[in-house]
Amino acid sequence: MMRRTGRQLLASIMVNAIYEMKNYPVVLLNTVLAPLSFLTLIWFVSHGTLLGPAIIGGLIMTMFSAGTSLQADLSHLKNDFKLQDMVVSSPTSASTYVLGIAISELIYNLPAILILSILFYLFVPVTILQLTGIVIVMIFVFITSVSLGFALATLSSDIVQSFAFTRLLTTLFSTLAPVYYPITYIPLPYRYLAYLSPTTYAAQIAQNLSGALVSSTNELVIDWVVLICLTSVFLWIGISKSRWREK
Amino acid sequence: MSHSGEIVCNDIGKVFSTGKVALSSVDLTIPANGIFALIGRNGAGKTTLTRILSTLLEPTTGKATIDGLDVMADAKELRERMSVVPQEGRTVQWMTPIQSVSSYLLWRGMSYRDSRIKAEETLAKVGLGNIQNKLNRTLSGGMKRKVLVAMVIASDAEFIFLDEPSTGLDPISRQELWHLMTDLSRDRFIFLTTHYLEEAEMVADRIGILDDGKLLALGSLDELRQKIKHQYSLKVPKGVDLPAVEGKVLARKDGQLQIMTTQEEALRLSRILIERKSQFSLTPINLDDIFSDVVGGVPMNGDGVDG
Repeated sequence: MMRRTGRQLLASIMVNAIYEMKNYPVVLLNTVLAPLSFLTLIWFVSHGTLLGPAIIGGLIMTMFSAGTSLQADLSHLKNDFKLQDMVVSSPTSASTYVLGIAISELIYNLPAILILSILFYLFVPVTILQLTGIVIVMIFVFITSVSLGFALATLSSDIVQSFAFTRLLTTLFSTLAPVYYPITYIPLPYRYLAYLSPTTYAAQIAQNLSGALVSSTNELVIDWVVLICLTSVFLWIGISKSRWREK
Repeated sequence: MSHSGEIVCNDIGKVFSTGKVALSSVDLTIPANGIFALIGRNGAGKTTLTRILSTLLEPTTGKATIDGLDVMADAKELRERMSVVPQEGRTVQWMTPIQSVSSYLLWRGMSYRDSRIKAEETLAKVGLGNIQNKLNRTLSGGMKRKVLVAMVIASDAEFIFLDEPSTGLDPISRQELWHLMTDLSRDRFIFLTTHYLEEAEMVADRIGILDDGKLLALGSLDELRQKIKHQYSLKVPKGVDLPAVEGKVLARKDGQLQIMTTQEEALRLSRILIERKSQFSLTPINLDDIFSDVVGGVPMNGDGVDG
């Protein structure tokens, strides 16, 4: 049974990541471009002082956009190729299919994750404990965006709409939100808007763990609680709104 | 669990959330072997019924079973035994035929190694062996369709649903597809929807006529002919002096008059036309004529009638 599920996961990964990367290598460059562009910009503008937060920001953006890309990819495979119909009527379950596509998004973004991880290793000195905390934060960001992407995929009926959703979510949650720099750089009245984004809490925790932002224990606890709650809510929305067999 | 060897629909109805009634109380019992073709105009409900039977869509009312398995309650078990090419299904452009077929087999639980071997064998069988490593986007429309059909053939599924598989294909590709389907139907059941009547006539063992969400007729081509009052079609060029006829006279777009009539009347008219040395043709009615009679409108194919 486990072996069979593994094969079904492999199918989603091959279709949505490996074959595309193999047959269209230019996409490898594409995934690296956005996070590294922002990182470079922040690095230059801050004269190097915000390199650490910018690397963490690049990782958050990559994890978040990996999840939101799932929305466009699921919609593309479902509405344009009708491939999802072929999968629904096969022995593959909804959860296996979505998990496979979610893993494929991570693999698709592997070049960016690898480069950012190397930069992180070189320029952000952390202990094993702090590193573990940051990895957990990244997993939460990914789960949140995957859930959001999955719920939206069931609502959007064409690819133009789906790509618009992806761009909108990525801009709102990983470019406008303070993930590349500490929230203290945002003037106070606008700072409250930033708290609407789940990535703000993720960035605050990661920046705190890396020493780029000093937060009180209370603030840190609140950040964790809000991040866990938001991830749970998005996960619930994703599971409850998704449809495998249509009604 | 008893295996009935049949596809059964009892009072299947479907009303979409928009209020559109797609199917109204469809009752159907057919043996799950050979090729069953469901024909009807666009919007008749063919795809809705196909999607319900292939476990993709929930019916609003009624119950459907395949080989004794309920499409709702036993979907998991059925999905092990069925395979679907959906309407407007397309090959993924960044993949090759062999990647498309082997991925589908992985989704069905086959090992990577076996899926590659099976994909290679199947693509060779359908005549795509020489282009198995080309990108799907570089293939012709007919080849892309064949890749989709190769995916379901390779699956070894017992029940295959093909929703308008030949739409948009050129005549040669369509004939190749018919050969594939006929070959496939020797040991599997094919549920085919089409609005090409000659396709249904050519390949189907049984035919269902669906119109406006209702199943109007069901049977083999001969059985459907028997249900029609006028079983013969006599065509004469316009301008031929015809005696009074008993039957339905239609003015065709190709300039001929078509008389749909009984066997006796067709023979009587033939004798008169032979005596007058008039040109005419006499054939048993085809599916186009049956469809026209059952649905009560113009035939679906291009050489239709004016009235």
